[in-house]
Amino acid sequence: MSTDSHLIQASTSAETAQQNETRRHILLTTPALIVLFCAASGPLLIMAVYSFLSPGDYGGVQWSFSTDGWFGVFMQRDIFDDTLTIADAHVSILWRSVKLSLMTTIVCLIFGLPTAYFIATRPASSRNLWLFMVTIPFWTNLLIRTFAVMELIRNQGVINTALKSIGAIEEPIQIMFTDFAIMIGMTYVYLPLMVLPIYASMEKFDFRLVEAGYDLYASRWNVLKRIILPLVKPGIVAGSILVFIPSLGAYVTPRILGGGKNLMLGNFIALQFGQGRNWPLGAALSITLLVIVMVALLFYVRGVGKSGNAHG
Amino acid sequence: MVSSVKSSAGAGKSKTTKTKSSPQEIAIDALHVTKIYRGDTDVLALDDVSVQIRKNEFFTLLGPSGCGKTTLLRLIAGFEHPTAGMITLEGEDISLLPPYQRPVNTVFQSYALFPHMSVAENIGFGLEMLGKPKSEIDRTVDNMLELVKMTELKNRQTSQISGGQQQRVALARALAPRPKVLLLDEPLSALDLKLRKQMQIELKRLQHETGITFVFVTHDQEEALTMSDRVAVMSEGNILQVGPPREIYDHPAERFVANFIGDTNFITAGLVSIGKSSAKVKLPSGKTVAAALPQGGISKSDAKGKVTVVIRPEHARIGKAASNSTLSGTLQNIVYIGTDTHYHLELPKGDIFIIRSQNQRDFEESHRVGKKYGIEIGPGAVQVLRD
Ligand SMILES: Nc1ncnc2c1ncn2[C@@H]1O[C@H](COP(=O)(O)OP(=O)(O)O)[C@@H](O)[C@H]1O
Ligand SMILES: [Mg+2]
Repeated sequence: MSTDSHLIQASTSAETAQQNETRRHILLTTPALIVLFCAASGPLLIMAVYSFLSPGDYGGVQWSFSTDGWFGVFMQRDIFDDTLTIADAHVSILWRSVKLSLMTTIVCLIFGLPTAYFIATRPASSRNLWLFMVTIPFWTNLLIRTFAVMELIRNQGVINTALKSIGAIEEPIQIMFTDFAIMIGMTYVYLPLMVLPIYASMEKFDFRLVEAGYDLYASRWNVLKRIILPLVKPGIVAGSILVFIPSLGAYVTPRILGGGKNLMLGNFIALQFGQGRNWPLGAALSITLLVIVMVALLFYVRGVGKSGNAHG
Repeated sequence: MVSSVKSSAGAGKSKTTKTKSSPQEIAIDALHVTKIYRGDTDVLALDDVSVQIRKNEFFTLLGPSGCGKTTLLRLIAGFEHPTAGMITLEGEDISLLPPYQRPVNTVFQSYALFPHMSVAENIGFGLEMLGKPKSEIDRTVDNMLELVKMTELKNRQTSQISGGQQQRVALARALAPRPKVLLLDEPLSALDLKLRKQMQIELKRLQHETGITFVFVTHDQEEALTMSDRVAVMSEGNILQVGPPREIYDHPAERFVANFIGDTNFITAGLVSIGKSSAKVKLPSGKTVAAALPQGGISKSDAKGKVTVVIRPEHARIGKAASNSTLSGTLQNIVYIGTDTHYHLELPKGDIFIIRSQNQRDFEESHRVGKKYGIEIGPGAVQVLRD
């Protein structure tokens, strides 16, 4: 790693050079920081403020301080006797979202890793074509892609019709409107986000190391586990993050493939800003989602960093 | 050193080495190995190659780039499989074994050290994969570190050590599992000259100390001659000649070998008579001299009365101005290069004959360009080529 050379020759001149460098870096990143603040932190601040206000009668907020929004995230007040109970429905939506997103990430990894490996081991001339093909789904609207998945898995869809015509099943398999359907949809939609970063780190991977591994008596499995995976870990981490985050907040896919009843966090939040007319709760839920993502990432990156070596 | 003893004992007479070597045990035996790389255009990388590599020898594959050296090495390692033919290791057919089942290790040209492991982890990797107990791995790694003089850098990352040090780690890593054969693909080509010289000696020492058969690939003829017990000269997918360095240098069998190794004068001569290991040839000057025949000999019908003979520049001397020498020519050029002086003489037919003469301190150059000089050829300096 190039930064290591800095550590070794820590002479005073090197230190001042580094200080200058740092100052220049700050200057150069200022415009980006300003944009980031306006585009990302600004809306977040608004959300944070809204989560401490009272809901307006027809949506929106009333400017009076209230913690009800935050209260509503995990607790609910009984309509009749005002007792507080844990909001089971919210917790189960939360849990389903996390579970489905994790499963989507894992399935994307299972399919994405071999795909990226395949592309990275093609001759350089045909790699771009394969990459191009991976990115083709991005050209279409998410809604249309999701409807395409629906067309495949619904009761009168391609899969069920085909299975029926070869006599494998009598009755169509009910996939639509299940968690499984949501997972299929999200896996399909987010798979490229897994493939691309893994490919990027595999492309830099020196495949002669694989031969060196075989030469030193490592089986295929050991070559994968001991040599390839540790070295493409940055790509796997990036890919997992890129899939997990949008999965957790997914709106369109669970809405269409999960029907009305299998809500995910994204739908639930949208509901609060729509029919629910409870903006503060929606805002509090959004921030909760953000915190979950940040905590999950923190643990994930930490865990991955520890299990490997300095290279990760 | 083994090579020098062997070659001085058999100085010139190839017969001696042959009888001496036959009872030795064979490590690698390649039998009629052909390798074709399939693709848009098929590449014939090895064309019916047969070669035997003995146990405990330093064997070198020498040839220009693209002649198939790496291919032969990769076939032995198991990264490629022969299109035809067979490779055995100590009598066992290994042609179809995957690399991780062959007791053979490779030092890669690019070193191919694992960047996410420390020096010690790299060296221990092979043993770990073989399922050796941790205590044994630790002990062997320490021994290997000592062997390649890298003990202090044991815990460094491989990116934090120099090229020469990486080279040593690659060597130690390949030696640690004690392979039956160690394959080295131009391992020194990335090093600067001084380090390369140093590593040549080091490699020779390691081979001696470990007693492991080394198969070394290089395109550098000097490196091959310096280090090897035996050298195989390759060209265009064929092995042209195999023998100890001295035999290869003094008794090249083919034009390519003579040309590739050292500087050479080629002369077309008439064949007068053929004996068992030597012949009489008539030089363009009309003089008849004795000449050594290549191993395997030539048949008279092949040669149609004409043969090519080679004379090394240092095996000839520049003679008196008007003499009765074997050859003579007009001096065209005198090139002083410090240790030696090169004399370029034009033979009557227009060919250039080069003579190399070692310089004495404070010697006066008495030869004059444009004058005619005799070329004195030492006894046994003329070698007949097969082609
Ligand atoms: N993987 C390959 N596919 C196609 N041709 C190859 C491959 N590897 C080597 N060759 C060709 O085979 C010939 C021998 O190559 P190689 O064994 O690498 O030679 P060397 O090591 O002596 O330079 C060359 O013409 C080379 O272009
Ligand atoms: Mg090569």
